[in-house]
Amino acid sequence: MDPRGSDDIQNLIAMMAKLPGLGPRSARRAVLKLIKRRDLLLLPLADALQAVATTARECQRCGNIGTADLCDICTDPARATGELCVVEDVSDLWAMERAGGFKGRYHVLGGTLSALDAVGPEELRIPELAQRVSDEGITEVILALNATVDGLTTAHYIVDALENSGAQLTSLAQGVPVGGELDYLDDGTITAALRARKALQ
Amino acid sequence: MDWQEDGTLLTIRPHGEGAAIVQLLTRARGLQSGLVRGGSSRKLAPLFQPGARMQATWRARLEEHLGTFTLDPVKSRMADVMQDGDALAALSAITSILAFALPERQPFPALHDGSELLLDMLGTSELWPFAYLRWEQAVLEHTGYGLDLSQCAVTGQTEHLIYVSPRTGRAVSAEGAGAWADRLLPLPPCLTGQPPADRAELLEALRTTGHFLHHHLAAAQGSKPLPAARDRLVARLSRETRATNE
Repeated sequence: MDPRGSDDIQNLIAMMAKLPGLGPRSARRAVLKLIKRRDLLLLPLADALQAVATTARECQRCGNIGTADLCDICTDPARATGELCVVEDVSDLWAMERAGGFKGRYHVLGGTLSALDAVGPEELRIPELAQRVSDEGITEVILALNATVDGLTTAHYIVDALENSGAQLTSLAQGVPVGGELDYLDDGTITAALRARKALQ
Repeated sequence: MDWQEDGTLLTIRPHGEGAAIVQLLTRARGLQSGLVRGGSSRKLAPLFQPGARMQATWRARLEEHLGTFTLDPVKSRMADVMQDGDALAALSAITSILAFALPERQPFPALHDGSELLLDMLGTSELWPFAYLRWEQAVLEHTGYGLDLSQCAVTGQTEHLIYVSPRTGRAVSAEGAGAWADRLLPLPPCLTGQPPADRAELLEALRTTGHFLHHHLAAAQGSKPLPAARDRLVARLSRETRATNE
């Protein structure tokens, strides 16, 4: 018999090791902890996983993850501000929500145009975006895409695609992060920040 | 074994949790791949963008191994192109075509120097579209599909050359084209080194170089199509001409 437990436990460790941030060693530690705290951690976790596996689905409108056909953001009438924030991935949407500064709705593209991975516009949710801008009376589209070559290429592509939509097209600012020190910034960020400088009131 | 040289970052792929596999174009060693530990981490990923100039140290136990890179950023080109969609599309096209077309570990010093000059022009000089066309011709030449525009392939004459044979890449005069004219590619003056009169002429020339990139260079690579970034760049450059015509 394997001294590290039965096949079921080994299977659980192998599955846990596939999660981001966990390797085989940390997965073993996590599984041991779960087993030792069966009532407090293991059973509630199993229930929670079962519930999410049954109910989690992609929002049909924005691409967020929720438990209904339309997510909470899309069904909240207070968020129909006419502003639509375009993000690459659900994790970016959640990051924007954590910041709490945006009160409109979102659109998740599901990736960015990528020369390397042969991801073209047809693989992303850009036609759905154009449709939403037209159907929902969107007045401003905020492109909150990553400041990478692929992210910015996608942003420029969307600007072209929505050129005649009538909506104002904006993007997040690029420059010095809050709490950042110039000495530690790369030259590209400093140059971008300098070009995007603004008058102090 | 190890070596140290500056190079331009062409591609970066995440590998495992935090590492990345990076392709650099160096002057003396050509296209070179290597693993960068922590290359897709939050700290390093912003520095490792296509087009960035890096001081690279490559180490491996044997020369044929993938090896590991230690990279120090020398110059980022993102700030120059991030607000200019055409220049950004060109940067994507240049880096992806180089990674697609060049064999690994074979030096192309002239193409390396030309690529560096062109990347430096993006976002800083308005002449870059013409420089890009000349660069595509250089890529074709260095990969064995160069255009021979010195004389007509049919008559041997050196003047009134207005077509290119899509099969051989040789120039054809109006007289030599005869009934085949509609099957030949255009040879606008900018393909011979004269600055283009307008954007339409440049696009005509890109149609010709595009034919050889798609049907000769990419076809020789097997099932891999030419990176779509090149067609997206041409589509962006065409918008201006369409808007003028409308």
